[in-house]
Amino acid sequence: MEYFAQQMVNGVTLGSVYGLIAIGYTMVYGIIGMINFAHGDIFMISTFISLITFIALLSIGITWIPLALLIVLIISMAMTAVYGWTVERLAYRPLRASFRLAPLITAIGMSIVLQNYVQIVQGARVKPLPPIIKGSYTLMEKNGFTVQISNMQILIILTTIILMLAFSALISKTSLGRCQRACEQDQTMAALLGINVDRTISLTFIMGASLASVAGLMYLLYYGVIDFYIGFVVGIKAFTAAVLGGIGSLPGAMLGGLIIGLVETFWSAYFSIEYKDVAAFSILIIVLIFMPSGLLDKPEVEKV
Amino acid sequence: MKNFFAALSALAIIGAFSSAAKADISIAAVGPLTGQYASFGQQIKDGAEMAVKDINAAGGILGQKIKLLTEDDACDPKQAVAVANKVAGSGVVFVAGHFCSGSSIPASKVYEEEGIVQISPASTNPKYTDEGGPNVFRVCGRDDQQGATAAAYIVKNFKDKRIAVLHDKTAYGKGLADQTKMAMEKLGKQADMYEAITAGEKDYTALVTKMKAVKIEYVYLGGYHTEAGLIIRQMRDQGMSATLISGDALVTNEFWSITGDAGEGTLMTFSPDPRKNPVAAPLVKRFRDAGIEPEGYVLYTYAAIQAWKLAAEKAGTVDPAKVTAALHSGAVFDTVLAKLSFDKKGDVTLPGYVFYKWSKGSYDYVK
Repeated sequence: MEYFAQQMVNGVTLGSVYGLIAIGYTMVYGIIGMINFAHGDIFMISTFISLITFIALLSIGITWIPLALLIVLIISMAMTAVYGWTVERLAYRPLRASFRLAPLITAIGMSIVLQNYVQIVQGARVKPLPPIIKGSYTLMEKNGFTVQISNMQILIILTTIILMLAFSALISKTSLGRCQRACEQDQTMAALLGINVDRTISLTFIMGASLASVAGLMYLLYYGVIDFYIGFVVGIKAFTAAVLGGIGSLPGAMLGGLIIGLVETFWSAYFSIEYKDVAAFSILIIVLIFMPSGLLDKPEVEKV
Repeated sequence: MKNFFAALSALAIIGAFSSAAKADISIAAVGPLTGQYASFGQQIKDGAEMAVKDINAAGGILGQKIKLLTEDDACDPKQAVAVANKVAGSGVVFVAGHFCSGSSIPASKVYEEEGIVQISPASTNPKYTDEGGPNVFRVCGRDDQQGATAAAYIVKNFKDKRIAVLHDKTAYGKGLADQTKMAMEKLGKQADMYEAITAGEKDYTALVTKMKAVKIEYVYLGGYHTEAGLIIRQMRDQGMSATLISGDALVTNEFWSITGDAGEGTLMTFSPDPRKNPVAAPLVKRFRDAGIEPEGYVLYTYAAIQAWKLAAEKAGTVDPAKVTAALHSGAVFDTVLAKLSFDKKGDVTLPGYVFYKWSKGSYDYVK
């Protein structure tokens, strides 16, 4: 039981990280129907921005961690948003009227460009950050086995829940959200009714990138090791999560992230760790066979 | 800014070579210059550049200057073969490399076909020389030696402790973990857990909880420093105080920059530290003056090139077949590591492995 509880904590934390990134995939898909393959690399760039900002802050003497974290978060969100906006403006908008696969190909190109850019500018070595948020709580104890949840894990889970609620409210309650939903349904009609489609799509990319930067900061603080390649690995998992949950659906992305995280963790916990990815992707295949549009599906999925 | 100057000085060094050397003899140093093992590739590059500089300053080899090619295999077996072909195509007679056993083994097949001498400073998997051609050598130890040393130490000191054996599925990691496990079992100690992890991942919390549940006190990892560092951090997060024991892939300061103080007390096996060899002292000083700490495999790479040079001088030619014969002749080569010679397989006759402990950011012999 204690063992199960501890693995649950591990799995939910991992799932939250996947879910946060998956939201970025799902929002973009929802509105323009394309997979933004560069999203994982936007996430990777945000981890680098956070790390650099952190070091800069420490070197100018801001060492009070909560303040430093807040400044890092704001700067990282702003700069990552600029990257997200630029990627959309350069690689996707000029091709919006083109055939469907064109932006998909530029997305893959963009992903390679961003990876190589960071590799050249920052070097190929892993960049470490020593543990900053330390400490943990003991939830249960039995026969010498303690169930612990670290402050970092609490922070990740809370951040994810809050952002999830905030973004759901934003989509369903605000006028920006209404614009996004309108563009999702029919861009031409939305434009005829006076919605600035370009601006709405740009804002969607900005929102997706900011969310990725929050996930990036959490990732950096939790694991403490980043390199130019992390975007690919994490991106694949998050993309899988988005598809599993039903791409285009916000709660679906979160649910998908949690399921992937939990399956990986519990497979590792009770079977061989070696085959956990096999387990996670098998779940994806099984779900897609029986529910081709994911768990919380949106109707009419178009194939890419 | 520091990087910028390092890059400038590297450029200056390359510039100096290309102007001084009229490309008489080409040799290559290959290692992972990108990717997560890049710090080891840098060690190989640093060692090779210094060795070539010293040889050229002393008049070259048989009166000819040496030109060094540095190539990147990213520790990826496919890229290693591609790089090996590229190096072979550019007329190289000797390769110091590669780093990862997983790259050295497939690359050695190419070098064998092309008749190029290969001396690896770091690949410890037994298969490298056991299955390699006559042109294959190494100046480091073998994982069966390393595993035996680790097992003997574990059985002697931690006989009643609970121990997990992990590996990262690479040629090096799995080879080493399996050798250690086998040697432990021969000495009558069973591992309480045996698991494989995936290199390049960041989340090992499930593994840590699994180890915590069976009260593991010592973790033996066949793998590299990034995963070792992450596992240690995540063990401490979950309140586990188990000690990590690993092999020679932890000999980089990058390990400490990942773990911070959590790495205190980590044990590893590595050959006797060549920096402590009095013969090496002037060279070590020159490395430090150049801003390079000759840790890990820097001096091994230097010695690999030295051994090849001495063998070529003995053979009176750089013709790979004759140099191979000279290396195999059992002759003693006086290198910065020690006076060494090679056996029939191409393994070096150096003393085996010793235990080191990480403490306060550096490693030293276990007292």
